[in-house]
Amino acid sequence: MTETDLAPPGEAQPPVLTLERVGLVLGSTEAPVHAIDHVDLQVAAGELVAVTGRSGSGKSSLLNLAGGLVEATVGTVTVVGERLTGSSDRAKAAIRRRHVGYVFQDLNLLPTLTAIENVALPLELDGQRRAAATAAATTALERVGLDGLGHRHPDELSGGQRQRVAIARGLVGRRTLLLADEPTSALDDLTGEEIVRLIRARCDEGAAALVVTHEPSLAAWADRVIRLQRRPGEPSIESEAIRPARRPDLVDLTGRPAEGRP
Amino acid sequence: MAVREALLTLLADGPKHGYQLKADFEAATGQAWPLNVGQVYTTLQRLERDGLVEPTDAAAATAGDAGDEPQPGGRVPYALTDAGLAVFRQWLATPSPADLANRDETTMRVLLALASEAGEVASLLRAQRRATTETLQALTAMRADGDPTLAWSLQLDRMAFVAEAELRWLDRAEERVAATGAGDAGAATIVGRDGDHRPTPTPTVVDSGTGAGDERPSEGTP
Repeated sequence: MTETDLAPPGEAQPPVLTLERVGLVLGSTEAPVHAIDHVDLQVAAGELVAVTGRSGSGKSSLLNLAGGLVEATVGTVTVVGERLTGSSDRAKAAIRRRHVGYVFQDLNLLPTLTAIENVALPLELDGQRRAAATAAATTALERVGLDGLGHRHPDELSGGQRQRVAIARGLVGRRTLLLADEPTSALDDLTGEEIVRLIRARCDEGAAALVVTHEPSLAAWADRVIRLQRRPGEPSIESEAIRPARRPDLVDLTGRPAEGRP
Repeated sequence: MAVREALLTLLADGPKHGYQLKADFEAATGQAWPLNVGQVYTTLQRLERDGLVEPTDAAAATAGDAGDEPQPGGRVPYALTDAGLAVFRQWLATPSPADLANRDETTMRVLLALASEAGEVASLLRAQRRATTETLQALTAMRADGDPTLAWSLQLDRMAFVAEAELRWLDRAEERVAATGAGDAGAATIVGRDGDHRPTPTPTVVDSGTGAGDERPSEGTP
């Protein structure tokens, strides 16, 4: 494996993302809308957490809160030990550039830049020298299996390859928190699975990811699947499914003798 | 399980004895359905009785008595008869009826909870969704481990799709139950479309990025 700035999973360290009693109220004072209520959530290095829930349950709001794109009405959001809540816009932007990568379904890569330039951009914006940023971007592209394609522009890449570029940009350099909103919905089934496998692999190498998806097949790659609901006054996280290390009952379910298993 | 037809199919490749049939069956099905060798011999005896298989000449020669008494565990190779060949071809070529009306326990619990005053359907649905999601996570982890055999990974795919279908059904059930106001105390306020006895309007900015592929609200109730 290439040299990595990501911490290996399993070591005791503070969570990459912490939401404490976070609430988000939208709308006017007369007609407040509780988009998010009482959310306590921690995402540790190495963890992939999927967010599911019906339309309007606050999935995207949760991502925007985690990335500091919207300010929590109550509670605090902390990213890699730095408190987003209450920080100035300038400070928030700096924290985002250092630690947070976004992946959206519609990519938002800059069409006039090559893949390497797209990935290097957040580092340059954060004040890194171009040579260092380019080197880090090249490494990040290798990690997502795009070695040799860095000089192509987005329109010269397939949908799956473009999404890989977005993930590389999300986790370039020392950035450790990936926030993804329906990252596979623009892709066919198999390409979508490739992308979620890639996010899974980057988490296994120490990144942390919070992924919004409405597809249970993709959510099932996560260590935890949280489901949001919107019922004012009650916690928004309705249920959490935790990937079990070992499922003895699955032996019965599949019928396969244990020694025959991978 | 159609062991009888499965054995005929495996014998179509050439004569085999019981242990070999057991091993070939388990390899072909990705080890998902272990087969008792005793069951293999019992089945072979019935197939021989029905004239679909016969002990090979080699077996007859070593057994010394024309092979009409197969010895369990005796490694007697069997071959297909012409009638056996026809049955196996017919079996492979005939689509199976989908077994969709079986008494699935989850379905039964949900429907009976709905019918009962003490049902608490909404919490039942939530607990089941969590459990099924965890099953799907475990299946997905097994798929991610990357088994070398195509047969086993296809078995896992199928189980994962069944789990996904159940999750879709649970989501649908929750929506419809909530829309009718049935279920337990909390159920009526879980979903609720716009205007459903909730003072708060649906926010326009929430989930703006999730696109058209997101869950659709159910349209009315039966």
